[in-house]
Amino acid sequence: MQTDVLIVGVGGQGTLLASRILGGLAVVGGFDCKLNEIHGMAQRGGSVVTHVRLADRVYSPVIEEGGADAILAFEELEALRYARYLKKGGIMIVNRQKIMPTTVITGAVGYPSEAERTLTERYGAIMLDALPLAVASGNAKTVNTVIIGLFARRTGVAYSDIERALELSVKPKLLEVNKKALRAGYDAVL
Amino acid sequence: MGKELMLGNAAIARGAYEAGVKVATAYPGTPSTEITEIISGYPEVYSEWSPNEKVAYETALGASLAGVRAMVCMKHVGLNVAADPLFTSAYTGVNGGLVVVVADDPGMFSSQNEQDTRIYARAAGIPLLEPSDGAEAKEFVRLAFEMSEKYDTPVILRTTTRLAHGQSFVQIGERVEPTPLVYIKNPSKYVMMPANAKKRHIDLENRLIKIGLDCNTMPINTITYNDKNIGIVCSGIVYQYVKEALPNASVLKLGTVYPLAAELVKEFAANVGRLIVVEELEPFIENQLKTHGIPCEGKSLFSRQGELSVNAVRAALDGAALSPPVDNGLPGRPPVLCAGCPHRGVFYVLNKLRTTVCGDIGCYTLGALAPLNAVDSVVCMGAGIGMAHGFQKASPDKSNVVAVIGDSTFIHSGITGLIDSVYNKGRTTAIILDNSTTGMTGHQNHPATGKTIKEEDTVRLDLEALCRACGARVSTVSADDIEAIEAIIKRETAIDETSVIIVKKPCVLLDGKRSSDVYYIDGGACKKCKACLKIGCPAIELSDGAVTVSKETCAACGLCVGLCGFGAIRLKSQNAGR
Ligand SMILES: Cc1ncc(C[n+]2csc(CCOP(=O)(O)OP(=O)(O)O)c2C)c(N)n1
Repeated sequence: MQTDVLIVGVGGQGTLLASRILGGLAVVGGFDCKLNEIHGMAQRGGSVVTHVRLADRVYSPVIEEGGADAILAFEELEALRYARYLKKGGIMIVNRQKIMPTTVITGAVGYPSEAERTLTERYGAIMLDALPLAVASGNAKTVNTVIIGLFARRTGVAYSDIERALELSVKPKLLEVNKKALRAGYDAVL
Repeated sequence: MGKELMLGNAAIARGAYEAGVKVATAYPGTPSTEITEIISGYPEVYSEWSPNEKVAYETALGASLAGVRAMVCMKHVGLNVAADPLFTSAYTGVNGGLVVVVADDPGMFSSQNEQDTRIYARAAGIPLLEPSDGAEAKEFVRLAFEMSEKYDTPVILRTTTRLAHGQSFVQIGERVEPTPLVYIKNPSKYVMMPANAKKRHIDLENRLIKIGLDCNTMPINTITYNDKNIGIVCSGIVYQYVKEALPNASVLKLGTVYPLAAELVKEFAANVGRLIVVEELEPFIENQLKTHGIPCEGKSLFSRQGELSVNAVRAALDGAALSPPVDNGLPGRPPVLCAGCPHRGVFYVLNKLRTTVCGDIGCYTLGALAPLNAVDSVVCMGAGIGMAHGFQKASPDKSNVVAVIGDSTFIHSGITGLIDSVYNKGRTTAIILDNSTTGMTGHQNHPATGKTIKEEDTVRLDLEALCRACGARVSTVSADDIEAIEAIIKRETAIDETSVIIVKKPCVLLDGKRSSDVYYIDGGACKKCKACLKIGCPAIELSDGAVTVSKETCAACGLCVGLCGFGAIRLKSQNAGR
């Protein structure tokens, strides 16, 4: 058993919590696990990447380019930015959302046109409108959990396992909305 | 007690707790901050945010003298500030164990340089340990305390960003309360005037020889023989890269990086073909090997800049292709001042006035980025005021030079620059951005917040009175009032005296509550002149030629309203609870 998952997004989108949920899977399944995120600038809307590695024994905390079994992207441009990390045959799940960086807002450069087409055609990305599902679950900030739900479904993780992993990682106060979000992602019709 | 998935920094905090640490001090700095934040939750331990790393070090040293286990934590550049007590505490040695945790940042994820703390260890003559994951980090803290007391020396525990901010499984244990040692007055050991210090220096050199010998048999220095054609010497997180990249190589893993376990290395060298040191940043282990007459390869194969990786190790030693630096042509996503950040207005004004700005380190460093482009220099914490003073002494005819500095940074090391300018008849204008917190590192209290690390009330440092007492002219203005800010900057830079402008408004993230109001742009009134985009607010978006305000992001600070010449930016009250 070895799974390397790269979670990418924009500061504030909850990549760290998503990685904690996958870390919970290691607890449930009895694997070794390493999570790695660069904090610091994360709060300030920068690009954020979190590495999740599950295996019987994990050495490096960092996934190599071309080594990710899965990429979970909470934003389209960030999906493109880190796409080179995807292993051949790996899966990519992308939240259908565009968040303009300042470099685009100030007109210095343009947001990549056809981002979705590149992602689906070149990387076989599964696109999901996670934001409305998150909002319907009661909190727009649960986009991360919605995506985790879909990831679990697509990779054959039992619902009871991912739900247990969620319970291990989320504050009790936020558990109910997150459970709804997880279910919504797991059951999402594309 | 079970295993927990925890942050490297949490493992260090836990290790110190279990080792019976009594006093823990720090000044925040990424990636070391969480250690002391977590320790502050343990009621058995006295903890504090000190005003800077030097004071933090001295406080921990004093506690050690008094007989308890003490720890001080900082980021790598913090050790520059604490270097003075560091060097001489190597002479005095300790009473209770003293552990100095220093977090290096290869790759500069959130730092202004990539200096290598191991060189400080050698320069000061202080042993340095380097763990390679969270479980080891916890264990090494305990060992560091034991070594500190056994050898009568401070001990440095070095981490790097990947360890500090990585999570892995760590076994939790119980706290063991050590019996405090008694303090016995001993001027020949603790009063470092020349006659005493000469003897202590000799003591230090002898101590290092002894520790170096003992390192050869310490269980945290281990040899694993495999294929003996290649022998790798490494430590810390690099060990993980090596194990993954070269599973068949023989490896000498050093837990004590300084002093060198020279006999152990010689034994290893004699048994392997190619001897290669794999290390991030400086050729520190490599040079030690060479000093001991052990031929090896090292930086001829690896860069001194940045992090290593599994790929870098494979590329150097296994013929794999090195992943090229990427330029995928995608728009960058640099960090930005938050929507509603109180720093934004000042930079808008400074940009408009074309002022030369000697900046400083904090969130407000981001005032250097487009579209604000307001900052001319950033060097180290506290540098801005001294640099503005020097700039002005060198160009007496230029009046529009200011320093911009945060409240925490001003207290850390800006105040001496201000005193310099007043004392030496300078005409510097220092703008203190007082957002009532240490924002950059995640909102720590400091002396001017009136709260301790444990959120207890304490005496609040009055910045205005402090600057007045230094002899500077002082004005205070709200961060919301950009017209007043502009007028005051013009007035104060025109006057031939040292002045301070305190710009006040709490950080927008401080209370965690979002405003229920947002602004919106009336598409009919908007003339698409884009004046509102000049403040670089992440809530104001331009797409397909239309300018809109994102209601998810807008913090309703209202800064943009005054920039619109057409009254198109309007307030909408949102009653629906967000
Ligand atoms: C010597 C040193 N110690 C610590 C740091 C880490 N650090 C960078 S900025 C900063 C403080 C910023 O606080 P403040 O000046 O109040 O500005 P704010 O971020 O709140 O705008 C710290 C602790 C550093 N860069 N250098």
